[in-house]
Amino acid sequence: MNTTWYIVLSSLLFATGVLGILLRRSPLVILLCLELMLNAGNLALVAFSRMVGNEQGQVFAVIVMVIAACEVVVGLGLIVAIFRRRLPLNVDDLRELRG
Amino acid sequence: MEAVVFFVAAIGALGGAIGVISMRNPFYSVLALIIHLFSLAALFLLLTAAFVAAAQVVVYAGAVMVLYVFVVAYVGGGGESAWEPIPFQRFLAPLLGIALFVELSIAVLGSALKALETHGPAVNNGFGDPAAIGRLLLEKFLLPFEASSILLLLAAVGAIVLAARRSEGGNIPDAARVAEGDAPSKHSPSRLEGASPSVPRA
Amino acid sequence: MSVSFWAWLVLLFPLLGSIVIALGYRALPQKAAGMIGTAAIGLSFACGVAALLSLLGESPDARHHASSLWDYASVAGLDIKLGIYLDQLSVFMVLVVTGVSTLIHLYSYGYMQSDEGYHRFFSYLNFFVFSMLLLVLAGNFVLLIVGWAFVGFASYALISFWYRRETATRAGMKAFVINVVGDIGLVLAAFLIFRELGSFDYGEVFAKAPEVFSVNEWSVTAICLLLLVGAFAKSAQLPLHTWLPDAMEGPTPVSSLIHAATMVTAGVYLIARTHVLFVLAPTAADIAAFVGLATLLVAATIALVMTDLKRAIAYSTMSQIGYMVVGVSIGAYGAGMFHLMTHAFFKALLFMAAGSIIAAMANEQNIDKMSGFGKAMRFTSVTMLCGGLALAAFPLTSGFFSKDEILAYAGARGGMYLIFTVLGYFGAFLTAIYTFRLIFRVLGGEPCAEARELIDTGHIHHAHPFNPATGEEEDTDVGFPGPEHHIAEQSAPMRAAMGVLALLALVGGLIQVPGVDNVVANWLDPVFADSPLAAIHPSTEWSWIGLGIGAVTSLAGIWVAHWLYVANPERPRALEARFQGLHDFLFRKWYFDEAIDVLVVRPALAVGRFANRVFERFVVDGLVTGTEETVRGAGGLVSRVQNGFVRSYALLLIAGFAGLALYFLLSSS
Repeated sequence: MNTTWYIVLSSLLFATGVLGILLRRSPLVILLCLELMLNAGNLALVAFSRMVGNEQGQVFAVIVMVIAACEVVVGLGLIVAIFRRRLPLNVDDLRELRG
Repeated sequence: MEAVVFFVAAIGALGGAIGVISMRNPFYSVLALIIHLFSLAALFLLLTAAFVAAAQVVVYAGAVMVLYVFVVAYVGGGGESAWEPIPFQRFLAPLLGIALFVELSIAVLGSALKALETHGPAVNNGFGDPAAIGRLLLEKFLLPFEASSILLLLAAVGAIVLAARRSEGGNIPDAARVAEGDAPSKHSPSRLEGASPSVPRA
Repeated sequence: MSVSFWAWLVLLFPLLGSIVIALGYRALPQKAAGMIGTAAIGLSFACGVAALLSLLGESPDARHHASSLWDYASVAGLDIKLGIYLDQLSVFMVLVVTGVSTLIHLYSYGYMQSDEGYHRFFSYLNFFVFSMLLLVLAGNFVLLIVGWAFVGFASYALISFWYRRETATRAGMKAFVINVVGDIGLVLAAFLIFRELGSFDYGEVFAKAPEVFSVNEWSVTAICLLLLVGAFAKSAQLPLHTWLPDAMEGPTPVSSLIHAATMVTAGVYLIARTHVLFVLAPTAADIAAFVGLATLLVAATIALVMTDLKRAIAYSTMSQIGYMVVGVSIGAYGAGMFHLMTHAFFKALLFMAAGSIIAAMANEQNIDKMSGFGKAMRFTSVTMLCGGLALAAFPLTSGFFSKDEILAYAGARGGMYLIFTVLGYFGAFLTAIYTFRLIFRVLGGEPCAEARELIDTGHIHHAHPFNPATGEEEDTDVGFPGPEHHIAEQSAPMRAAMGVLALLALVGGLIQVPGVDNVVANWLDPVFADSPLAAIHPSTEWSWIGLGIGAVTSLAGIWVAHWLYVANPERPRALEARFQGLHDFLFRKWYFDEAIDVLVVRPALAVGRFANRVFERFVVDGLVTGTEETVRGAGGLVSRVQNGFVRSYALLLIAGFAGLALYFLLSSS
């Protein structure tokens, strides 16, 4: 399986993540889809790292994981805060910032 | 052999992804994502990235997903109504998703990068080992390493601030505040270097 | 001390006077303002005399100087200087203007004493004299137009001097609007002159004109006709004359100065100054002469039936200026200017006397209510009689010599111009009639109530001030000459001024007796030497025959006036009843006002109304509102993108990214 396969798979996973973000309304699921997209990126990074022949891409992937973790932490904190305030957990209902 | 593993893992990843976006119950979505992550770990192994695969399983599927599970248990998960308030969203989203995939594929498949068609150069046994990653982290990428640890600290503090209970007034009415008092503090954010004790609420 | 130096001083003093009085109106006591005003013009007159003496020291052919203070505009072919031109004609005009103005200022010193706006009056009056002098001394057409416009403004300011009086403000507006029509003509003429001759300067224009233009070429005719529009508006000739009778709303000194002696003669001066152009456009000159003749006759007929004292004298002014216009148009330049001078004397005097009588009548101006002032006010009636005799061209008065000289010249020119002689004498006949109608009516007969009050008690009659035209009460703070009136018998400055003018009106003509001396004509000859018409001179015998005919006409007119108005008191009424239609026609001023209203005022108002109702509402408003609504609509459309939904923002983001990727794919293929 040459690198192309991995990259195509990565883009497919990415597109799936995009679809999820556009279609789902629960912030929790949207966060999950964000994870999908990040992981798709990770896959591409590691595949290219193998293609090039050094581990720099892998290190990049590890750092991306760290970032994803931070983002999840903050995102979940937001969701908990929203839930605590008795606001509906629905991104469509949280729309006060509008023109 | 490699092809078989690849396809099995790919199907797992894809299946998990589709499961995430299509399951009604968010808990099932989380489970689907866990499957997706495991499949990705297998793919990483195929790409001789042993440490990344291990980190994926331990950190991502282990810690981050546990976080998700806690929150889903706390928040619960309802269904979403079928009615779409944004016009054309249901029509345009799949269109755009497919368009995105097609464009990316064309970019990759039509690329002039010859190396894409190879498996990559022959690598020695220690490729992707923790030692190799560790050496890179501490030598070449020391700055990003330190920066990301600071970022982690920021995220932890931020999460605490975000989810903190307001001690006076706030938007929470009295009855809710009483009810909050009974809620278990399972949702406290944990640091990610493996298991960590729950930080008791102030 | 060169001539130019005196000339600039002549201009400076009235301007200074005006500014000083205007700025110091709170600080200066009333008498001081009056004295400053009069002194300013007096000094100006003295400088004019000095200029005259300077010019006399030079040879007749060298008596023209141009002098400029600085370059006003010097760009792209334009070279306009703030320059004056001094020759015999301008010095002559300066002397007439400043001389008569000084006397009128002296008169106003006494006459306007109870007026609240005393300072304003003298400031305006000084400014007017400055503008008139600027007009007369201007050395190029631009400065002429400046002076012309200033004079128009000063006239407006002084006509509506009592600005709370509705009739006064309306009259001021009417005068100003008609003057602006004249201004347009003058400005267009100046543009044409510049286009054809390339300069505004008098010297250059008058030198180049005979070379550039051939006789009766359309361009020079057009220039002259446009100049005539300006001249007629300023000099109140047909058809732009309707403002002059209404201008009598102003105080009497204003009528005397502006609308008798100086401003209305500006048109005559203009024609005389630009005679070079009129010689090249004989058609235009003839048109001017005929218009002058028509005005002469029309105004004389109207004056026959006018009952308002000041308005009757105003029509008389119009008529006499008709004579002057005829004079300078047919080539009798010296005679025309001589008549200008004598007319200034006796007309200013007549207005002054009229002012005195109206004051005695507590501002009642209707001659039907006046009578017997001959017994009540000796000085006023004697001076009025002097003025009237001069106006009627009684033998040996100033008007006698000046008027007949014009008519003699017309006869000498012969051919078509004999019409002017014949009709001119007929006009003189009418002049005598209406003049003495006024004099007999006002001065003769049994004293009316006001006169009796004056004779018995020596007090001037007091009446509650109200505007006879509209019936509204006058505002004595501003809309009326104060609660007190001043008559000549009780005011020394008024007597001084009137006395001097009476003397001049009687003997002023003796400087130009045909065959004996020719002071004015000799003085002015070099100015007009380049006109072939100036070469025509009536022979001395014909001049004396003309004078004889004039004397006969004048005496006949006086006799007819006596027969009509004094001999049989019932006769005027009987005549009026018999010729009711004619009387009405004349009384309504030949319906000129009504005609102008229908022909000009109503269409203008209709255009304005159309512009407002249709153009403004639909086109302009439509454009503006349309633009506003388009922008608002577009804004509304755009703001709908900000709907608050995160997912739609995400959609837009992904769509943009997909588009960008597409672009890159396409551009790299």
